Amino acid sequence: MNVLEINDVTKRFGNLVAVRDVSLNVAKGEMCAIIGPNGAGKTTFFNLISGFFPPTSGAINFDGRDITRLATHQRVARGMARTFQITEIFPELTVFENVRIAAEVAGGYRLRPWINRSEKGEIHRRVEETLKLVALEAKTDRLVGELAHGDQRAAEIAMALALKPHLLLLDEPTAGMGDQETFQITQLIRRLHRDNDYTIVLIEHDMRVVFNLADRICVLDQGRMLAQGTPQEIAANETVQAAYLGNAA
Amino acid sequence: MSAEQIRKLIVLAAIWIILILAPYWMVPLGGYTALATRVLVLGLAAMSVNFLLGFTGVLSFGHAAYFGLGAYGTGLTLKFLAPSTPLALVAGMLLGGVCGAILGTLIVRRRGVYFAMVTIAFGQVFYYIAFQWSSLTGGDDGLRGFSRQPIDFGLFKLDILSDANTFYFFVLFCFALAVGAMGFILRSPFGRTMIAIRENERRSRFLGIPVERHIWIAFTLSCFFMGFAGALYALVNNFADPRGLHYSQSGDFVMMAVMGGMRSFWGPLLGAAVFVILQDYLSSITVNWMSFVGLLFVLVVLFFPRGLLGVFRRSKA
Repeated sequence: MNVLEINDVTKRFGNLVAVRDVSLNVAKGEMCAIIGPNGAGKTTFFNLISGFFPPTSGAINFDGRDITRLATHQRVARGMARTFQITEIFPELTVFENVRIAAEVAGGYRLRPWINRSEKGEIHRRVEETLKLVALEAKTDRLVGELAHGDQRAAEIAMALALKPHLLLLDEPTAGMGDQETFQITQLIRRLHRDNDYTIVLIEHDMRVVFNLADRICVLDQGRMLAQGTPQEIAANETVQAAYLGNAA
Repeated sequence: MSAEQIRKLIVLAAIWIILILAPYWMVPLGGYTALATRVLVLGLAAMSVNFLLGFTGVLSFGHAAYFGLGAYGTGLTLKFLAPSTPLALVAGMLLGGVCGAILGTLIVRRRGVYFAMVTIAFGQVFYYIAFQWSSLTGGDDGLRGFSRQPIDFGLFKLDILSDANTFYFFVLFCFALAVGAMGFILRSPFGRTMIAIRENERRSRFLGIPVERHIWIAFTLSCFFMGFAGALYALVNNFADPRGLHYSQSGDFVMMAVMGGMRSFWGPLLGAAVFVILQDYLSSITVNWMSFVGLLFVLVVLFFPRGLLGVFRRSKA
């Protein structure tokens, strides 16, 4: 079954067509990578999926329901979570507090003026579980703003995971990272995918990461879907090589 | 209990002891009980502004309107409806809170400077209504002809009208209720979503928080607290002043909050104390007292951006 079905979405900003007639299906448990040169429309495409703005035309279905016109928080409530190219966290709160807010919202407590002991215990367990998953359990009481870049990315992923999403959208998870951090984040994503069965769509510039992780690769170029297929197919595709991989190498 | 929790408990106990004993230490120091009462009421107003500014991260520059509405609601109730202090307090709080809730729906879509501008504009609407509708509000002269009423509990009577200390303790009790509610909300899951919105609105949205709705709730709650403070203020003065709704009054509240420390819960109370006591002392010496308060404000903002309470925090760290 497809978690995400995107049919012919287009997004115009005035005269600029940032995304043009792009379709994409993502099956449950799949890891799909979106690549493309700068300005290809990858982040715009992500913003359309996550509800940052509505598409000019086309439709988006999530878990079999039309979400094209839903607001961001409604999509999140249905099980979609995302991270950003530039880390979006609560810098002046601790790692624990960052993830707790996500866990409480996911638990349906966001409007509650109180929380009882057993609910609190359940939230704490959930937060600790999630922090263990991203290997931040030793840094729970540190302020997120003071952590190293790689740990901040991990904290952002932890917040997304605490929402218990059916679909995880990662926008350049290794952006601005050194080799060591890139390796750790790649391992983390692989673990989430393989051991925890997350359905993941990610944007990535680092080709080692992409070819290492993805079940399927989609190539965007000038707002269009140039090609999609397995890593082997994409590596062998001549159009892709001409448009993108050739230039990059 | 951790050392941090024990320290917090001690600080909290100290604050309440200082407040409870205020009538006994302020008078020997050259103050008077009514001054302490004013500090409490304006402190509550500054804390209500800070509920939004410091904990939700949105700046309202028109909150005096809800403060003034609270005062008029209370005054009008005492004057025309019934000579009952509790009823008048509730009426004042409701008037401020309900008006805030209605206008809040229009205000919360704006952000930053635009939010502040819209709050000023709506605030001024109420100021002009109070100013122009002389037959009901007394216009420029303000609303007179009412006074707080002793509260009859059957077994005993609380004479808040003529006994200054009794009135102080009555106001302190009301203050404790409001501040307790505020603290309770801020420690709840909902309170944490307010802080999330302050810290990073985009992240909050992508965690599934409907940001506008949460800001609206915070705005409405803050207006209820503000209306309550205004209601108490009407009792303090036995008078409601149209200038209490003016945006310059809103500015004073923001000043108290920022001066005291807007990231801390108690900061605005300290800011209000400094503001009110300086005003009381300096205005007996010079009509330009505001220049000195303003100078202090500038110095605090320049050198202690986290406010007066931030100074203690910093020296501890």
